[in-house]
Amino acid sequence: MDFIRNLPFFSIVLSLFSGPLSSILGGKWAKRVNSVVIGLCGAMSVAVLWYVCRTGEAFVYTMGHFPAPWGNEIRAGILEALMAVIFCAIMLLCMLGGAREREVEIEASRQNLYYIMVDLLLCSLLALIYTNDLFTAYVFVEINTISACGLIMIRRNGRTIEAAARYMIMSLLGSGLLLLGLCFLYDLTGHLLMSHIRESVHALVAGGMYQRPLLVAICLMCVGLAIKSALFPFHNWLPDAYGYSTVSSAAILSSLVSKGYIFLLVKIFCRVIGFDVFRGSKVIHVLFVFGIAGMIMGSVDAIREKDIRRMIAYSSVAQIGYIYMGFGLGTMEGVIASIYHVICHAATKSLLFVAASGITDASGGSRYFKDLNGAGRRNTLAGIAFTVGSLSMVGVPMFAGFISKLFFSQAAVGHEIKMLPTLIALAISTVLNAVYFMKTVIRIYSPVKITDLEEKHTERGEPEKGMGKVIRPPEGYKEITIWQQPAKAASMILFILLNILLGLNSEPLIGLIERGLRMFS
Amino acid sequence: MNLGNLIRNYGEAVAMILFGIGFSNLLLQKNLIKKIIGLNIMDTATYLFLAMKGYIDGRKAPVVVDGVQSVEAYVNPIPSGLVLTGIVVSVSVTALMLSLTIRLYRRYHTLDLDEITTRREELYPFEQKRVN
Repeated sequence: MDFIRNLPFFSIVLSLFSGPLSSILGGKWAKRVNSVVIGLCGAMSVAVLWYVCRTGEAFVYTMGHFPAPWGNEIRAGILEALMAVIFCAIMLLCMLGGAREREVEIEASRQNLYYIMVDLLLCSLLALIYTNDLFTAYVFVEINTISACGLIMIRRNGRTIEAAARYMIMSLLGSGLLLLGLCFLYDLTGHLLMSHIRESVHALVAGGMYQRPLLVAICLMCVGLAIKSALFPFHNWLPDAYGYSTVSSAAILSSLVSKGYIFLLVKIFCRVIGFDVFRGSKVIHVLFVFGIAGMIMGSVDAIREKDIRRMIAYSSVAQIGYIYMGFGLGTMEGVIASIYHVICHAATKSLLFVAASGITDASGGSRYFKDLNGAGRRNTLAGIAFTVGSLSMVGVPMFAGFISKLFFSQAAVGHEIKMLPTLIALAISTVLNAVYFMKTVIRIYSPVKITDLEEKHTERGEPEKGMGKVIRPPEGYKEITIWQQPAKAASMILFILLNILLGLNSEPLIGLIERGLRMFS
Repeated sequence: MNLGNLIRNYGEAVAMILFGIGFSNLLLQKNLIKKIIGLNIMDTATYLFLAMKGYIDGRKAPVVVDGVQSVEAYVNPIPSGLVLTGIVVSVSVTALMLSLTIRLYRRYHTLDLDEITTRREELYPFEQKRVN
């Protein structure tokens, strides 16, 4: 039974070494290795989750058996194991959903490079989740950034290189600030292990010493991770990066990469500086204000967008705003709601990206709204999937998004000053979400207009002489059945089920998150 | 008294000024190569800060020579270890940024990020027309 204590370490090392292994394999085998590794890591995380739920306490794995203040540690509690399970499951579904696009959009000779990046990304995500050492977390943050950059630029078109460059610049700014914050914290406390830093920080706060450097350290780490996870004013790299990369990249980037940083931030709040100290600092008000600004501005940008992929990307900005708003409330309920929203957004946003690719496939590859008429009828499953994702993002009961909005408002009600702004922002943001998502849903189910057909016909250059007004369906419009794209269909069906499961049966998950957060302190 | 503290900790002060210079270069410069130089200044400033924090006046590098095993004789080795790790990370991200810069330059023949955006719009007018 104690063997399970090794599994977090095994899952990190397995994904780390499958990367170099994939570099000597061909694309097909690299893909198989990748799927097996993600599946194995998920299975190991399930075992860890089962173990910590049964024993009821978190365990620490000392790397190389060096005792505490000197060695490096891995720590697994309920929340860590839960996040690992969910990240692995969603990554597997994202890879499944974009399999066909990857074959087309990435050259055959570079296929295996993509899987190296995904393996390393999984490794860094797992390490960010499980590590108990702040500097290790920094190193894996950088590995995460590098592999995410690889995921963006692997598809060679003019825009992805530029998007990758912009992404790298913003990410490096963020990690520079994070590193400086870690150095400050190390200087103040003399420790790198999270539990030891926490004790020292409590002693410092109790003694009233070094208050200002501590505040600076907290600010630096918060701002650094906020930049990296694309909180509102730092989001300008995001639409290009999510909008033009290949589908699985966009889904993984939006649902997992930014969430890895957010989970690290939760660990820093709750395990490193302690939730009470964090609540006492003024940083939470800043996070709250920017979270609310993000909720509204992200949606406004999404409404103005004419490209379906970029619209979904801007919607991510709004959802990240929700998460930071939950942290900014400064209550445990707020943090629980945020963590639930991390999971719910990960499940919904990747569904939307996969479904959007199904919709554009049925419209001749065009991603602009004016070409999408009737796409939901041509590709029935993608239409249903997009509708489910939209309803969930808007917050209709039965779907995942409703539960997180409910928890956000419940958390806000307990707060005297922040209650009103939170509820108003939630209401405005819900309306704005409904505007752009329902607009798209209505568009994909409305019939193709005849005027559209003619426009399309003449825009192509040569209006055929003597033919007059020929009515023909626009080029590339085609029916797509489930059997033509079985992998994508399976991924969409599983995502839909996951969304409905999260929406209908949220209590066990909330219970696990609560227990996990209690284990943090 | 505050000024005295500042002068006594001149190394940390210099590190922070350098960090500011590097950070603003990375953020504000248009030229990609200058951005990368800014990135390196920023990282190096952090290493300087760590090294200053780990150094104790009058003590030696933590390598046991002549059988002196007293803790009092040596400086704290952990910040130096962190600096080494940080350098490795910084080298790899610099390499990645430089390779990205090369690819951007081959495609657009300029290093200016804003110029790249305008040239991209010229290169792919169809896409742009549809977006606006």
